[in-house]
Amino acid sequence: MADAPLASNLATPEPAGEDDAPLYVARKAIYPQAVKGQFRRIKWIVLAITLGIYYFLPFIRWDRGPNAPDQAILVDLANNRFYFFFIEIWPQEVYYITGLLILASLALFLMNAVAGRLWCGYLCPQTVWTDLFYSIERLIEGEKRDRIRREKEGRKLEIFSLRLLKHSIWLMIAWWTGGAWVLYFADAPTLVKELATFQAPMIAYIWIGILTFTTYTLAGFMREQVCTYMCPWPRIQAALTDEYALNVTYRYDRGEPRGSAKKNDALRKAGVPAGDCVDCGQCVAVCPTGVDIRKGLQLDCIQCGLCIDACDTVMAKIGRPTRLIAYDTDMNVQARIEGRPEVRRILRPRTVLYAGLIALVGAVMISALAFRNNADLSVLHDRNPMFVRLSDGSIRNAYTVRVGNKHLDDRRFALTVTGLNAPKIDIVGGEIDSQGRAVLTVKPDQTLEARVLVTASDNTLEPSTTLTFTLTDLSSGETAHASDHFKAP
Amino acid sequence: MAHDTHEQVDAVTGVTTTGHSWDGISELNNPLPRWWLWSFYLTIIWSIGYWIVYPAWPLAASYTRGFFNWQSREAIVEDLDALKAQRAGMTAKLAQTSLEDVTKNPELFAFARAQGKAAFGDNCAPCHGAGGGGAKGYPNLNDDDWLWGGTLAQIEHTIRYGARSTNDKGHQGSMPAFGRDGMLKRPEISNVADYVRSLSGLPVEKGADLTAGAKVFADNCAACHGPKGQGNQELGAPNLTDKIWLFGADKAAIMEGLTNGRGGVMPTWHERLDDTTIKALTLYVHSLGGAR
Repeated sequence: MADAPLASNLATPEPAGEDDAPLYVARKAIYPQAVKGQFRRIKWIVLAITLGIYYFLPFIRWDRGPNAPDQAILVDLANNRFYFFFIEIWPQEVYYITGLLILASLALFLMNAVAGRLWCGYLCPQTVWTDLFYSIERLIEGEKRDRIRREKEGRKLEIFSLRLLKHSIWLMIAWWTGGAWVLYFADAPTLVKELATFQAPMIAYIWIGILTFTTYTLAGFMREQVCTYMCPWPRIQAALTDEYALNVTYRYDRGEPRGSAKKNDALRKAGVPAGDCVDCGQCVAVCPTGVDIRKGLQLDCIQCGLCIDACDTVMAKIGRPTRLIAYDTDMNVQARIEGRPEVRRILRPRTVLYAGLIALVGAVMISALAFRNNADLSVLHDRNPMFVRLSDGSIRNAYTVRVGNKHLDDRRFALTVTGLNAPKIDIVGGEIDSQGRAVLTVKPDQTLEARVLVTASDNTLEPSTTLTFTLTDLSSGETAHASDHFKAP
Repeated sequence: MAHDTHEQVDAVTGVTTTGHSWDGISELNNPLPRWWLWSFYLTIIWSIGYWIVYPAWPLAASYTRGFFNWQSREAIVEDLDALKAQRAGMTAKLAQTSLEDVTKNPELFAFARAQGKAAFGDNCAPCHGAGGGGAKGYPNLNDDDWLWGGTLAQIEHTIRYGARSTNDKGHQGSMPAFGRDGMLKRPEISNVADYVRSLSGLPVEKGADLTAGAKVFADNCAACHGPKGQGNQELGAPNLTDKIWLFGADKAAIMEGLTNGRGGVMPTWHERLDDTTIKALTLYVHSLGGAR
């Protein structure tokens, strides 16, 4: 067992002189082999669900009445609105998106604390699209050996036509990716019709072009380099994990010393300890990032579990127990070697903390949403002049008031002001009701700007008094407040 | 710095050096990165295209105009025309609608006020202040005291023809120089100044003869300012009983007015501004708050 590479060693260091070794390593092209098994199935299902959501979500309808679009998810940039099923967000409420992003990163941390890079292996768009592109490549050009054979036999026309087909299908998928993206920003069925008849706005074609390009290059050519070199998450992930987190692990306690099936069988019969790993290299052959999982946990490994499937197939063939590679922890591998009991602990300070934070942020968001104000009031004091003396000696201040109506129908509001001794409110171009309140009618899902004048006849005014403006919905009684100052000489 | 023209090869990298060496550090003669070099060539090619399409080279009395004959001035004119065209509908509507009716149409009123605010900044703010707050001698347009009247029609008339302006339709009438022209003597001016202050409840100087002041007022001032000093908008004579003093409320300021007269000038604008702009200005000034 002494030769067994410990996971903590990570990759074996290159033997060349460390100082003179070039910092740049040329990329070795990876042609992962097809594989069947439990994790491959899970990956297909996740791929179908995530891509299904991405491509078809814009077509889901959600009735909001006549004054708003009926698309369930819509980023309406022209009107500064974001619709998400029953939620409608105005630009100033972008903190809801912040909350969602915080939830997303906490979920990522929790996933990582429970079972490592679940996100990288199954859910990340880079993984999903690369996986799709790989399977299309295999479908058309076959496995690596088929390609090498074609090269050797010099079937140039066949090679060319297969490549052409592959790239055309890739480009089509890439185009659909961009096509689906723009559907989130406009009424999807209308835009599809416009795109089909080449009448869509230029910006739609530009964005489709950009996303076609990024999908085609990232999933078709950059592939695992995005994960290895471009993505920050592998680095952050390594700092957030601990020894209890499940990871795709080569169980070297069982696998080593590796050797041929026959030799190891003979050794076992002779009573000499022998490993289960037959060094067939299948785990490497199927790996989409080209790593050798037997070298232990490493940055390039996205933990997709495909090596587990590949190894299980081999183990089943040679009649040894499966899961030589499995979701396990290095700590438990060591424990087994040393004869200590295994430790599996899901409830740990970090998992409890992450789950608690998710619950907390979720609760804050839900209550913020539930108690969200559907009337908006903002007040801006005139800068020049700060105040006006009227002929009877009273002092008047002028304000620009903006009232927002987040309901999808007309609303009538009354505006009142407190904080002064008997202030008189007036509104330019508006009406004053019998109780001396300014009345404003705001159109559905709109804001209204009004010039509001507040007059105080009190002659004991401070240079600055804090005022509170109160907006009251005349039918529902809902209120919104804003404060500003009343300036006097 | 040592300079050596002989080709040298760096021992560690095997790359030739440029022969430039500073403090024993020599510069490797590595080629420029290809992508950089090609981007550079591409920018050169691009610039040639630029010469052809856009104005580029100065000539003796002119310049190469380029295939598109593009000019920044024309571009601005085009932009302004496009803006005018965009606003044409609302502008036409504003031109056809009476002042009173505009105030009843929130959309048109908001448009007029926005137009008026811009025009005010361009034309009126130098005297009346950016928000119409006024200054000594330049009326505050936010308050409710109007020398020549504060209704929409009166404001429009004042903007159009001015006051004491070059236009015959402008408001006429000014405060005479009672002292300078010898109509009143200095003690009379002092007494009437105290009397005027007393009209709006301001304290008067000790020993002021208000009875004498009242007599001077009745004989000289009441004709324009009214028997009670409440003013007359026909003549632009200010109300002397309110709290608003265009030139200041202190006795010295009042005496200065009595001695040298007052007569601020509001220019006539109808020769410079079109009718719609004057309309927009009227509505903006009216909306500042103090108008009737």
